[in-house]
Amino acid sequence: MINILGKRYIFFAVSAILIIPGLILLAIQASRGTLPLAIDFTGGSLLEVKFESDVQPQPSEIVSLYTELGVEGVTAQTTGEGTYVIRSSPLEDEVRAGLVDALSERFDSEVTVLRFETVGPTIGRQVTLNALMAVGVAALLVIIYMTYAFRRVPNALRYGICAILAMVHDVAVVLSLVAIGGIFWGWQIDALFLTALLTVIGFSVQDKIVVFDRVRENTNIYRRLEFEKLVNHSIVQTLGRSINTQLMTVEFILLALALFGGVTLREFATILLVGLFMGTYSSIFIAAPTLVMWENKEWRNWFGRNQTPA
Amino acid sequence: MSNTNKSLILIVVVIMLAIYIVVPNSPGIPFGENPKEFVTRLGLDLVGGVQALLEADLPAGSNINSEAMRTATTIVENRVNGLGVNEAVVQQAGDRRIVVELPGETDPEAALAVLRQTGLLEFVDFSALNDQEIQTLLNSQTKIKTDFGLTEEDASIQPTPSATETITTSETITNPLASLSDTVFHTIMTGADLKTAAVTTNQANQYEISFELTDTGADIFAEHTAAHIGDVLAIVLDKEIISAPGINDAIPDGRGVISGSFDQESANALAVQLRYGSLPIPLVVVETRTVGPTLGQDSLQKSMLAGLVGFIIVVLFMIIYYRLSGLMAVLSILIYALIVFAIFRGVPVTLTLAGIAGFLLSTGSALDANILIFERIKEELRAGKNLKLSLDLAFKRARPAIIDSNIATLITCGILFWFGSTFGATIVKGFSITLAIGVVVSLFTALVVTRTMMTLTLSNFKSTDYAKWFGI
Repeated sequence: MINILGKRYIFFAVSAILIIPGLILLAIQASRGTLPLAIDFTGGSLLEVKFESDVQPQPSEIVSLYTELGVEGVTAQTTGEGTYVIRSSPLEDEVRAGLVDALSERFDSEVTVLRFETVGPTIGRQVTLNALMAVGVAALLVIIYMTYAFRRVPNALRYGICAILAMVHDVAVVLSLVAIGGIFWGWQIDALFLTALLTVIGFSVQDKIVVFDRVRENTNIYRRLEFEKLVNHSIVQTLGRSINTQLMTVEFILLALALFGGVTLREFATILLVGLFMGTYSSIFIAAPTLVMWENKEWRNWFGRNQTPA
Repeated sequence: MSNTNKSLILIVVVIMLAIYIVVPNSPGIPFGENPKEFVTRLGLDLVGGVQALLEADLPAGSNINSEAMRTATTIVENRVNGLGVNEAVVQQAGDRRIVVELPGETDPEAALAVLRQTGLLEFVDFSALNDQEIQTLLNSQTKIKTDFGLTEEDASIQPTPSATETITTSETITNPLASLSDTVFHTIMTGADLKTAAVTTNQANQYEISFELTDTGADIFAEHTAAHIGDVLAIVLDKEIISAPGINDAIPDGRGVISGSFDQESANALAVQLRYGSLPIPLVVVETRTVGPTLGQDSLQKSMLAGLVGFIIVVLFMIIYYRLSGLMAVLSILIYALIVFAIFRGVPVTLTLAGIAGFLLSTGSALDANILIFERIKEELRAGKNLKLSLDLAFKRARPAIIDSNIATLITCGILFWFGSTFGATIVKGFSITLAIGVVVSLFTALVVTRTMMTLTLSNFKSTDYAKWFGI
């Protein structure tokens, strides 16, 4: 039988390598105030337009037009053939009403509005706070539910907590991905990203329950077996399902969406692609090993004695 | 009757219902008090349109009267209906916000202007109309024209009451509504002259609305009512008739009652509308989103195609890897998709890009449930058990994992839904609704549909070459 759990510290190291650089990047961005937060969270305006004739104004020209209208914090970038995304502080009603006409007049071209969003600053802050709260509440409820569902095995609470720890791991990977995506592809943390993140959370937990369910079942069958062997056996038994469900089905659909889907869904699909993969990965390589680590109270060997654990 | 047969009947009934809802031009539910049509609703990120979030313009933390907020929502809804946008949505979100969605609206500024205006309450003279015409107007819910604010511009456009009368009577036979909606009615006074309005009951214990006017209002009212006893005085909010009481007596002192066949709710509604002719709570537009139709349609087509490609690959994989069971799973997934789509149309659920993503993910969940079961069947077969026993054990042992994991997803959906509806984040809300519907249906298809199909097919299954048929 494959011994997955024996190498658990290697997998922990792999995850650390995946997560830590991204988190450092996020911390730097946060301290500089350059987190790629969309207007959904910060408040502001976003205008995506397409110039129908051949004029391709420099982004700086658009910025100066905004500045003349008295708008602050303007950034403009080209996103494709004659299309621009312009972000700024929230627009006043009068400015917004005349803005598209002003663009059209200045650059002498018909302008098509692809997207035009304005979010007030206070509402943005509230959304952020409550999004965090929603995640916290969801995690807590899941722990409670799992403790109930696993009440017939010893230490039921551990299963819920290990599942949530592994879920936090998945969230951290996704956040790292966004930090990198924000730099290279101009990704933004917006409401759709939040939806993706919450999906990752939901499916991560769902996957852990499937694996833990096998542990739960095996606990009653192999009463004499050492806990570590029992968990390893459970992982191997569910491996076929894990690979087939994740890699062969869900990931195919998401890959298709990421590659060929509409522009608006591409970032969303990519995050889910990585996030859901991590959901399966962390069930096997994080959640189950943590459970074993807890059972063996391995942290007692971490410091002081130079013993190699496991 | 065996359990399998009962399940089979249930499945057939559900499928037939779903097909009835899904077929194009479905007749809907044509009977009952509220006939229902089945339509596929696409969100404004797919068809383009305008979304706005209105917020009570009061200090954060201050207590907001929920009654007043509901009234404000109703008033906004009335205004939005005047824009003539199909499938416009006006919903209260949390205790201080209102979401307005106008799919297909192309002029965001016009739409926002309508949302921002303060409502106008008018008392309009209907003495030129007969009962039938008033009834027609009331039922049609069309906007009427009044001369309020018109007089200075051009009084000559305004037909004299006698002219109005001739036009209406001569055209009643052909199209009474058209001429009525063109008629310009005389506004006697506006909501500015109304001091209070409250619900009371009379001696016969019927609900009434008693009102009090300002001094100016009282004078105008006294004059008008004295001259028009027996005529109708319509109460009009934003040019829409909300009530058309008759004048029974002259009202000299500015105090009167509106009586009629009110119940408590309708009396209260009218009183509130009278009191708050303009919005009961000041509202500001805190968020607007406009999506051009091209972006949405482009995304929709590509994403649908991508989803289809992904699905075909999945179907091939399932059949090649799980053979007979895989085929059943594919059938089961198709039934799943049919039921989910029927629910989307029946409820109806507005489909947004995020909603479609939620649907695709619950499809993953449905596949997962099937795969869990098939892996178990293979395990039991490998352990040397016979086919029937393997099947029973597989379903029995896979069930706790399937149910527990899906309940955890439903819990998350619940939190998402709450978050989405409180903050008017329709993306998040739409996603959680479609995901939750998908998860529930996937439980049904995996545990009932797949199982019934497997049991029926395998009860007469003779081959023992399991490797070939189940892909061990």
